[in-house]
Amino acid sequence: MLAYIIRRLLGAVILLFVVSLVTFSIFFLVPRIAGASVEDMASRYVGKTADAETIRQMAEKLGFTDPLLTQYGRFVSAIFVGADYSTGPTTVHCPAPCLGYSFITQNPVWPDLVDRMGVTISLAVGAAVIWLFFGVATGVLSALRRGTVFDRAAMGVALAGVSLPIFFTGLLSLTIFSYGLGWAVPGGTYVNFAENPLAWAGALILPWVTLAFLNAAGYARLTRATMLETMNEDFIRTARAKGLNERTVVVKHGLRSVLTPILTIFGLDLGILLGGAVLTESTYSLPGLGKYAIDAIVNNDLPKVLGVTLVGATFIVIANLVVDLLYAVVDPRVKYS
Amino acid sequence: MKHSQEDLLAGGAARPSDRPNEAFLQVRDLKVHFPTDDGIVKSVDGLTFSLQRGKTLGIVGESGSGKSVTSLSIMGLHKRGTANISGEIVLDGQNLVTATPEQVRSLRGKRMAMIFQDPLTAMHPYYTVGNQIIEAYRVHHNVSKSVARKHAVEMLDRVGIPQPDKRVDDYPHQFSGGMRQRAMIAMALSCDPELLIADEPTTALDVTVQAQILDLIVDLQKDFNSAVIIITHDLGVVAELADDIMVMYAGRSVEYGSSREIFAAPQHPYTWGLLGSMPRLDRERSERLLPIKGTPPSLINVPEGCPFNPRCAFAGLNGDLSTTERPEFREVSPGHHIACHLSGEQRQHLWTTEIKPKL
Amino acid sequence: MRKQRLVTMVAAGAATVMALSACGGGGGSSNNNNNKGGGNPSATGPNAAIGKAFNPSDKKGGTLRFANAGDWDSLDPGDTYYAYSWNFIRLYGRSLMMFASAPGQDGAKLTPDLAESKGVPSEDLKTWTYKIRKGVKFDDGTPVTSKDVKYGVSRSLDKDIFPNGPTYFNEFLDLQGYTSPYKDSDPNGLGLKAIETPDDQTIVFKLKKPFADFDYFAGMPSTMPVPKAKDTGSKYKEKVVSTGPYKFEKVELGKSFSMVRNENWDPATDPNRKALPDKITVQVNVNPDDLDNRLMSGDLDVDVVGSGVQPAAQAKILADPNLKNNSDNPLSARLWFTNINGEVAPLDNIECRKAIQYAADRTGYQRAYGGNAGGEVASSLLPPIIPGAEKIDLYPSKDNAGDLDKAKEALTKCGQPNGFETNISYRAERPKEKATAESLQQSLGKVGIKLNIKAYPTGDYAKLYAGKPDFAKSNNLGMMVFGWAADWPNGFGFLKEITDSRNIKPAGNTNFSVKDPKVNEAIDKAMTEKDENARQKAWVEVDRKAMESAYALPGVVAKGLYYRPKNLTNVFITDGFSEYDYLALGVSG
Repeated sequence: MLAYIIRRLLGAVILLFVVSLVTFSIFFLVPRIAGASVEDMASRYVGKTADAETIRQMAEKLGFTDPLLTQYGRFVSAIFVGADYSTGPTTVHCPAPCLGYSFITQNPVWPDLVDRMGVTISLAVGAAVIWLFFGVATGVLSALRRGTVFDRAAMGVALAGVSLPIFFTGLLSLTIFSYGLGWAVPGGTYVNFAENPLAWAGALILPWVTLAFLNAAGYARLTRATMLETMNEDFIRTARAKGLNERTVVVKHGLRSVLTPILTIFGLDLGILLGGAVLTESTYSLPGLGKYAIDAIVNNDLPKVLGVTLVGATFIVIANLVVDLLYAVVDPRVKYS
Repeated sequence: MKHSQEDLLAGGAARPSDRPNEAFLQVRDLKVHFPTDDGIVKSVDGLTFSLQRGKTLGIVGESGSGKSVTSLSIMGLHKRGTANISGEIVLDGQNLVTATPEQVRSLRGKRMAMIFQDPLTAMHPYYTVGNQIIEAYRVHHNVSKSVARKHAVEMLDRVGIPQPDKRVDDYPHQFSGGMRQRAMIAMALSCDPELLIADEPTTALDVTVQAQILDLIVDLQKDFNSAVIIITHDLGVVAELADDIMVMYAGRSVEYGSSREIFAAPQHPYTWGLLGSMPRLDRERSERLLPIKGTPPSLINVPEGCPFNPRCAFAGLNGDLSTTERPEFREVSPGHHIACHLSGEQRQHLWTTEIKPKL
Repeated sequence: MRKQRLVTMVAAGAATVMALSACGGGGGSSNNNNNKGGGNPSATGPNAAIGKAFNPSDKKGGTLRFANAGDWDSLDPGDTYYAYSWNFIRLYGRSLMMFASAPGQDGAKLTPDLAESKGVPSEDLKTWTYKIRKGVKFDDGTPVTSKDVKYGVSRSLDKDIFPNGPTYFNEFLDLQGYTSPYKDSDPNGLGLKAIETPDDQTIVFKLKKPFADFDYFAGMPSTMPVPKAKDTGSKYKEKVVSTGPYKFEKVELGKSFSMVRNENWDPATDPNRKALPDKITVQVNVNPDDLDNRLMSGDLDVDVVGSGVQPAAQAKILADPNLKNNSDNPLSARLWFTNINGEVAPLDNIECRKAIQYAADRTGYQRAYGGNAGGEVASSLLPPIIPGAEKIDLYPSKDNAGDLDKAKEALTKCGQPNGFETNISYRAERPKEKATAESLQQSLGKVGIKLNIKAYPTGDYAKLYAGKPDFAKSNNLGMMVFGWAADWPNGFGFLKEITDSRNIKPAGNTNFSVKDPKVNEAIDKAMTEKDENARQKAWVEVDRKAMESAYALPGVVAKGLYYRPKNLTNVFITDGFSEYDYLALGVSG
């Protein structure tokens, strides 16, 4: 088991290395291949009226004039040992893990990411709890009442949930609950949990519900399908044959088996969300990793893009690993060696 | 445990099932119909039989003949709303067809238990074998977990699992096929059921293990004095085991008799077919196996007349009787019933001249 | 100014035009931009904040809530170049000069702020002297001296650290090789010889070339004083030291910030600021559609970017009389136009360029930008709201629909009587520019000029594609759809960057095509004209010369649609920024 974990962690590190290399190449190598000169690239980060000399200086400052391998090496070494950068009057040390500093705001990226992570984790975990509960509950009830009005209604709503994009449901929810009824606070009013838990929850309740709705729909459908399949399994018949009451049959024997596929999807979904719930954060103006990524891409802020990509990838890799390890807990047939 | 079994045997007189002339299980005109979009599937369509404690009934037939549906009906395991059940299933004086689901549930596992065909899929893969036996015991016995666990170990020991105190914590996938079936049996017997239904208990096992499992069921039946129903498509399985044999076809019984009678003097052409397709070790095989031609009938549109007529080599011997009139299930010799239009002479003649020599 | 990443389309599509015309007959609505108030019988209704203050008030108190769909380039006065930022920065900083906080054209006039009076030039217009008001303090109570102004300007020269700001001082000051106070041998960072501070109240700028409009430079945020002791370079934006009526309370860059009253701001030293609200809050990176909804629901007061509402909200506002009554639709100093590239044959021939000028259907151009709500047809480069601008229409046609006969005539003179083929580029993410290219393709096609349409990414349009002369030439980009907004509402601020061919760089240009020595000559003349009226006329001359050489096809002078929440007091559009004047705003609630 330990050997397995170590092997997986090593694999994860290699994967992250590849992700960083690919991302780095997309933003630093591909434009060069496409014919952009170092000045062309640097010209994005100077003012409108900059002259050739200013652009050249910027290219030098951002390190574009160095060979790509050197640039990449600098990027990687900063992650492990940190890096220094000039603010003008002083030189500031950006401690490891230093993911560079923004080409535009000149701020180190890592503290930004840590700050944004709080928002994204709040959003993702809160929503995940809601969708897991409602999604699975709806799925189980639908499966047990297959073909009833409840089942049809629930699956209809679930289909809508899966089909409707978050920027639609999000804006709709804001229009109805924030501007129409005034029940919920509008977007962009996020405060940290530590600061004011009530305001924190208030700002997140709509995003939670909207995001949960989207995901719960998928979970309801998956749970229902798996549950229907499970309830036809021989071991369910065995459980009934023992004289167990239906509740025990469903919960202890049925639901237990539904757990595995749910867990798989859930781990990946949560991992992806933790890397940034791009649409939800944009719609509700939540300053999380996803919004950060979008803003970084819009502004061509390469170090931010690289940083947020790596953090996102890390979340997904960790989620994958956790899911795989949890398999062994959930399913006794799975053994790692 | 040993003690209580002896009690059970000795003190059985107090039990209502020991009332004279009344079988422990009586099934009368049982019909199990499943409404589907294509029509009504008549899986069981008027079945009558009875079984005494301490006796073993073998129910034989091809897939789809209604034998499994019958057993699930007795156990009350059809999903509510999916099956229309009529007739009577009387277990020790109580009609299970009209009983509430809760009443039937309280009998399940306790007074009647079932062993399923494939022990790998029939046991929950995520719970230990011990857990599943403990669960079965505790549903009907208000005892602590440790008591139930002790009982589970005893049961595993009883069915011949080596090192039961260790294996009790294994998961089903850690058991071999035969051991899993033993564990299944242990689970089924954990509450000393008076009726045990074994649905194809050996089909999934290899031949050497089959015999061990069948021996085990016989032994246990003796110990527990249970009524046992063994369901199989293979006459060989019940040959040694069953006191009586019922041959089912298209949801009905076509032949019923003592095991000895059925093997020595079978009367129904379908039974002949079954015997013909059975490999036998006790005599020289004259020719190759004689499979029954054709396929089992649709249970939605059961053939007119005798349901077996499309596959019966002798259907034409009585004019169009076989295709127009349903043969009555009648007693042809004491304790031996069949449903066939052939006359006794015809059957006798066919059996001795055409069938028997080929077997 | 530099809104390009944030600018959203100011006009909606055809549906909007229909909505507008459907309720356009209602009388009272007037687009008269020069309406200076008093004459308008209704104090409310559409455009009530154009030309005069709507809901005027002196009531102090309350919180003024801004939001931004994107983010500032920087809050640092030495590193910002967005128009809205220059409008907003007056709340926390005082430059030597500023645009007056006044409605309409009065808001486009410079007035002394930190300086006591306008700059005093030397005879050769190469030395400019300002006196700084006494009694002005930083928010920590330290008095502001001329050295703080010098330091502020000096540090803004360092484009390594402050890449975003304008480069006018780099270009005009006689730097003598000076690069940055951070690399200065003078420990006080005051080694720049081009700026002298003979005493704490006096500051003298020395230019390497004469420039008559230097007061506009003195109005840039980079002349806001920066105390060296508090300067943290690229981190200064996290804690800018205020000289205005508000100081920073809490700054979370990329998310939000808030400002409260600066008790060290003395109104006695400041005739320009009312400073009505007690507190100012700003959220950045807000979903743009959500932002509009919040404006309309009263949950927000101002969209700070000042480019108007999104298409979705625009349609809603124009369709609903109640919402429309709370909106303003002013002209701005922004021009949508198309460059004609003389480097691409046969457009090196002026007659071929003229043929395009004649053949183009400018009403089609206007339709591409959403018709009347989106803007007015332009016949020259200088927008009418720029003081002194004159109507120049060298290529007139009936109803602006194009003069095909004249166009064919010009084509014949050009030696291309049957027309020619060339490419037209536009910014891929801008549907209106696409519609423009298609409209031109259609109208020029009538005289045989065949256009092939090419799209390039918006973000790199000027830097890697159309604005890179080599690329434009080798890709045969004969026409390049573009747009321009003034750094300042004057001839220099609007025209120089897009018409002076001496500014053309290998890449990242703002002037894609205008290459005419006569235009350059006219620019030099205008830049050195001392008399303001004559200077305005001189810039009109630049406009005329540029139109004569036919390198740029003017299209539409943009109009923005702004929503004016009921909560706001003292609201008006200032021509200085073509936005609501953020310095004047108060809240009633």
